[in-house]
Amino acid sequence: MSKRIVAEDVNAYYGSAQAIAGVSLAIEPKSVTALIGPSGCGKSTFLRTLNRLHEVIPGARVEGKVLLDSEDLYGPGIDAVAVRRTIGMVFQRPNPFPTMSIRDNVASGLRLNGIKNKQVLDEAVERSLRGANLWNEVKDRLGKPGAGLSGGQQQRLCIARAIAVEPQVLLMDEPCSALDPISTLAIEDLMTELKERFTIVIVTHNMQQAARVSDRTGFFSLEATGEPGRLIEIDTTEKIFSNPSEKRTEDYITGRFG
Amino acid sequence: MTSTTEAPSGLSGGLGPRRRVGDRVFTALTTGAGLLVLALIVAIGVFLLTKAIPAVRKDSTSFFTTKLWQPDNTPPVFGIAALVFGTLLSSVIALVVAGPIAIGIALYISDYAPRRLAAPIGYLVDLLAAVPSVVYGLWGLLFLAPHSDKFQQFLSDHLGFIPLFDLGKNGVVGRSVLIASLVLAIMILPIVAAISREIFLQVPAANREAALALGATKLEMIRLAVLPYSRSGVVGALMLGLGRALGETIAVALVLSLAPTTSFHIIDANIGGNTIAANIASQYQAAEPLGQRALIASGLVLFVITFAVNGLARYVVSRSSRRGIA
Repeated sequence: MSKRIVAEDVNAYYGSAQAIAGVSLAIEPKSVTALIGPSGCGKSTFLRTLNRLHEVIPGARVEGKVLLDSEDLYGPGIDAVAVRRTIGMVFQRPNPFPTMSIRDNVASGLRLNGIKNKQVLDEAVERSLRGANLWNEVKDRLGKPGAGLSGGQQQRLCIARAIAVEPQVLLMDEPCSALDPISTLAIEDLMTELKERFTIVIVTHNMQQAARVSDRTGFFSLEATGEPGRLIEIDTTEKIFSNPSEKRTEDYITGRFG
Repeated sequence: MTSTTEAPSGLSGGLGPRRRVGDRVFTALTTGAGLLVLALIVAIGVFLLTKAIPAVRKDSTSFFTTKLWQPDNTPPVFGIAALVFGTLLSSVIALVVAGPIAIGIALYISDYAPRRLAAPIGYLVDLLAAVPSVVYGLWGLLFLAPHSDKFQQFLSDHLGFIPLFDLGKNGVVGRSVLIASLVLAIMILPIVAAISREIFLQVPAANREAALALGATKLEMIRLAVLPYSRSGVVGALMLGLGRALGETIAVALVLSLAPTTSFHIIDANIGGNTIAANIASQYQAAEPLGQRALIASGLVLFVITFAVNGLARYVVSRSSRRGIA
């Protein structure tokens, strides 16, 4: 249920503007990799190249290779829809489908895969909600709308929706930035559990969060506004936060810039 | 926080009396505008009632069930039944034809068209929505009707087993209820499309991306994220279109000339299908005083029908969204 991702010289563009340049890195299975860096450094854009979501924005395109184990996600004959079914994503703001019940939200990915058997769906819903530490809070109101939950619960609902299809990789784009500290803690604990089963990549603005939850940390930065973002370095989280190789990483970590 | 820097004393300086005057004047203006709507509705209702009731009293038959409209006869005979039937029939056909196409146009602009095409097409749709209805009517009369005989004959030959397309023994194709309905459909198409497009464009990107990230195809994304989110707005757009079709006067009056009936044979040009609004427009000038009052009474019925349709739509929307959102 978890695969290794290798990015080779990934460049991403919005129209003629280049957002990231020459990003190459490896993401290990069953671990949490955090991507940090100042605003506009391209870390979210890079995350969105990993499940081919970047290209849905009009005018946006990607160059380079993203290998999932050995298969290039941008190779010829690869279907972006199939890629997104294998790589789950959780967004900055909780985005459950507003008109759907809690149960239908979690089951929506499975339904897209053509699973109709009610018993299979019900089991997957319970398993995913338990996996997202939400089951006990919502088991009595599965038929109620997902939009009626609190922000933190909605985000865990979105995580349940993403893991219900048993993805190879789980991408999280600042999943806690719209949440209060208690909900943030709940999500962070959850990540530690989920990495037993999934490869997790998380983009975060919060350096303490990166230090708390991740095994490896990549630091993105950009030379100047308007320049594309680049990966400065990636290493074990311990190394990045105690003794980074690059001066720029150290400046950012210690709060001297960004 | 930063904007109060020019008022060092804080509380006393921030909200000057001048601004409060502006606020009060504006509040009064908007309240007045809001109340004006109520006053207008009441005024129209009262006008219609006071003129209509005496006329309906003089009717020698039953106003609601009689199909004949001859208020200048002695004794006067005027019944609304056929007119109501014609109004509803042509409007519903127009909506059934125009609704799906309009939603298709809107989805094409919001989700499918390349950016270079989306803007000009949207602009054209807005332009079409602004074309006066008399132009549509003339087009229906002078172009659509003469050129659609073969189409109507085809419907009669191949789909004649459906009562709607049954030409009957003495039927002839020509300026039929179907043609009037199609003119109405084309007329309401741009309105429904323009409003639906605005609604589809307002679906948050987060909802679309939620579906895409799960591995939804474009069609699945539209079904999962776009349509549920915009359902109530699209129903509202359809109702605005229906409202315009119900009240359309000149386009229908130009195409149809015969007295109304309650027949479903919509391709038979011998079957009249006049609507309330078209009937008022074509008969009011020539009518006797009693006939004019009777026409006003029919206007009251149209007023009530429009209210009922709107109320029904609101009920449907509120029920479905209560089930959906909370």
